[in-house]
Amino acid sequence: MLTIDRLTLQLPYYADGYTAWWKRRWATCLDAFSLTFSPGEVHAVVGASGAGKSLLAYAIMGLLPTPARLNGQLYYQGKPLDASRQRRLRGRELALIPQSLSALDPLVRTQRQVAWAAQRAGQPSAHAWHASQQALTHYQLDARAQQAYAHELSGGMARRVLTAMAHVSQARLVIADEPSVGLDPHQRQRVLGALRELADQGKTVILITHDLRHALPIADHVTIMRGGKLIETAPSSAFQGSGAALTSAYSQALWLALPDNAFATTTISRREQETNVA
Amino acid sequence: MRLIALTIKRLARLALVLLCVALVSYGLMMASPVDPVDAYLGPQMAQVSPEQRALIAQRWGFDQSPAVQFGHWLRQLISGDLGWSHVYNQPVSEVIGQRFQRSIALLGSAWLLSALLGFSLGVVAGAKEGSKLDSIISTYALITASTPAFWLAILAVLLFSVTLGWTPTCCAGPAGVLNQDVTLVTRLHHLLLPIVTLALLGIANITLHTRARMLELMRSEVATHAFAQGASRIDVAWRHGLRHASLPAVTLAFASLGELFGGSILIEQVFTYPGLGQATVAAGLRSDVPLLLGIALFTALFVSIGNMIADSLYAVIDPRIQPGGL
Amino acid sequence: MSQPQPRLRAAFSLGVATLLVVGLAASQWLLGDSPQQMQFDARLAPPSVEHWLGTDALGRELWARTLAGLALSFWVGCLAALLSTLIALSLAALATLSARLDALVSLLIDTLLSVPHLILLMLIAFALGGGTQAVIIAVAVTHWPSLARVLRAELWQLRQAPYVRISRALGKSRWFVLHGHLLPHLLPHCLVGALLLFPHAILHEAALTFLGFGLSPSQPAIGVLLADAMRYLSGGYWWLGVFPGLGLLLMVLGFERLSSQLRRAL
Repeated sequence: MLTIDRLTLQLPYYADGYTAWWKRRWATCLDAFSLTFSPGEVHAVVGASGAGKSLLAYAIMGLLPTPARLNGQLYYQGKPLDASRQRRLRGRELALIPQSLSALDPLVRTQRQVAWAAQRAGQPSAHAWHASQQALTHYQLDARAQQAYAHELSGGMARRVLTAMAHVSQARLVIADEPSVGLDPHQRQRVLGALRELADQGKTVILITHDLRHALPIADHVTIMRGGKLIETAPSSAFQGSGAALTSAYSQALWLALPDNAFATTTISRREQETNVA
Repeated sequence: MRLIALTIKRLARLALVLLCVALVSYGLMMASPVDPVDAYLGPQMAQVSPEQRALIAQRWGFDQSPAVQFGHWLRQLISGDLGWSHVYNQPVSEVIGQRFQRSIALLGSAWLLSALLGFSLGVVAGAKEGSKLDSIISTYALITASTPAFWLAILAVLLFSVTLGWTPTCCAGPAGVLNQDVTLVTRLHHLLLPIVTLALLGIANITLHTRARMLELMRSEVATHAFAQGASRIDVAWRHGLRHASLPAVTLAFASLGELFGGSILIEQVFTYPGLGQATVAAGLRSDVPLLLGIALFTALFVSIGNMIADSLYAVIDPRIQPGGL
Repeated sequence: MSQPQPRLRAAFSLGVATLLVVGLAASQWLLGDSPQQMQFDARLAPPSVEHWLGTDALGRELWARTLAGLALSFWVGCLAALLSTLIALSLAALATLSARLDALVSLLIDTLLSVPHLILLMLIAFALGGGTQAVIIAVAVTHWPSLARVLRAELWQLRQAPYVRISRALGKSRWFVLHGHLLPHLLPHCLVGALLLFPHAILHEAALTFLGFGLSPSQPAIGVLLADAMRYLSGGYWWLGVFPGLGLLLMVLGFERLSSQLRRAL
């Protein structure tokens, strides 16, 4: 469904310090990254902060900041996914559930925002209004929450509104960027369950997270990223026991370092351990 | 309930600020090296004997201590008596009333024009960041923001009145015609150039501010999320941008009444338009202390009410400050 | 890649501005008394090869007078902006000492902001009897409130900052906290504030002088030049009105650009 072929991404930065302070340098954020996502499955992309997960999401959507340098190729349903095709497919075929709750407009009532998402996906406005109500009700947001402003919603409710906006667009590829951050276990279950449901409807769900534990229960495949590089892609069933089915030392260490696996830190440095305990 | 308490608090603050304005401006007048008796006499100064001077000083209370004089002035002020203007030989309140009536046409229309045009230009420029239109609008706004108001007025007179002869060079009506005989069309003809000049200057501020707000929004996560939904730049500017930029623009329009009034002083001076601004200059140059004090207080009231409205708008309109919720 | 690099651009315009300032300062010595020199055979001469920007009613060269006026504006603006920043900083610092002082300072700020700048300027210039000093003081006294508001808010925020509270709890003196923790934060704000004040100060000085409350009519200030020009407008002596204002506009615009680029680069 979506294939990433040797994608390399560089962003500019200024070095601190006094030598050549005016000179712009380029940091490599994704390094010859290749991966394929299939329909009907939840594919988790797991890595520490700074591993390039969110940038991967923005690269797929075509929403990178302008001074970025991008190399490599994306294919969506067999055809190359270039900037103009991304622009056409955004909101209709490709949907993003953003990481930050401040992606909701604080000055617009919930239902109106969802209706706008539906209109942007090409639905006529009368239908969009109806669809937005349905989507919000589907995610257990009552009439009061539908007429609320973003600051009046709890974190879990806002997250479900964002999910409803992706749902209402009927996109076939949904990227969820850190949807479980800052939620209590009950709310997290609800949000992750909603994503699983989207995959069961035949959509492709890319779940971006730093927490392997949250991803495993709903994911079909897990890709481990580190420093912009792909470490390993494995079925989630490989993450069990002593992790013998995993091929790379990093993923094994990541798996064994989980609290349930007795915090085994023999093969992993302290810094990397912080990744999945966080 | 909350709104009433807030209003009372703001009104009390307004009264306090006005009292301070009175105190400060009266103090400044007392500190002036200009002798109040000389100022009262004007050119007849040389023909008056020292005894007569003492009599005048006693008559107007100039010989008493500043505190006593201030108390006296304040009591008169509260009873509605602003004093006597020796430049116009009229009570100060009448001078201000008549002059403000003429100025309000200039101020009001320039204010509306600059707010509406400034906001629209700012929205367009911000929505199309980096486009040719944006660079034209931004350059225009940056240049007018640095332009001396009176110089722009001089240029306007040079171009439209002197060279092209489209508009009159001066005053509120043709020379030699009584004020009440001037027709509305003639009035507008005389007002046109001052209004346009004053509005052109006011536009810059609101445009730059609105544009900055729009840019902030277009780079925010709200906009990125909208783009991810497939929205175009125009869609984002129209649906999200207008909401985010309009309240700050209205607030700024109310908060910049002082600047507008300052601009009107300069522009009335260049066009010799007989409004409140010109009266201010005359009062200052000819040491008409009561009139100067009266105008200072009156404009302070005018500007403070604008500031008060600007401060209150957010509390009334922005949903994030509304009480209640889930 | 040939994309613009903000830091390089800021460094470039800083260089240009320094050159301009040095040139302006040097021009005062180079010009000598030429701004006041009268040529009775060339009164109200239009711009030409001999008289670059034309001459005024007394046959004085307009280019020399404009340049001298710009230098005058520059110095008045500099002193006023500097003085204004000092007032803002000290009053903001004063406001943090106690709640009562804070209320007093914010009342003063509200009072000054509620009178239109130009009227306040006129009142102060009137109280001081006019002249260069009066203009500098008037502009300085009217322009500090907005910067003081920013600094006051910043100071209140800093006082609540954990490291400042820890420093106080460790028994460091007020002076140490002010000097060691607060000033390093405030100085960039002051620099930017002073740069922002400067164009306003220049424009208000010129406006005040134009209305007849500022610099004395014998000085070649831009306001004086333009007030003179008003008398010759209907005679078609356009150069008297156009060039001095254009000079002022270019100077103000230059500093406005410089301050915005510096802010972006910092």
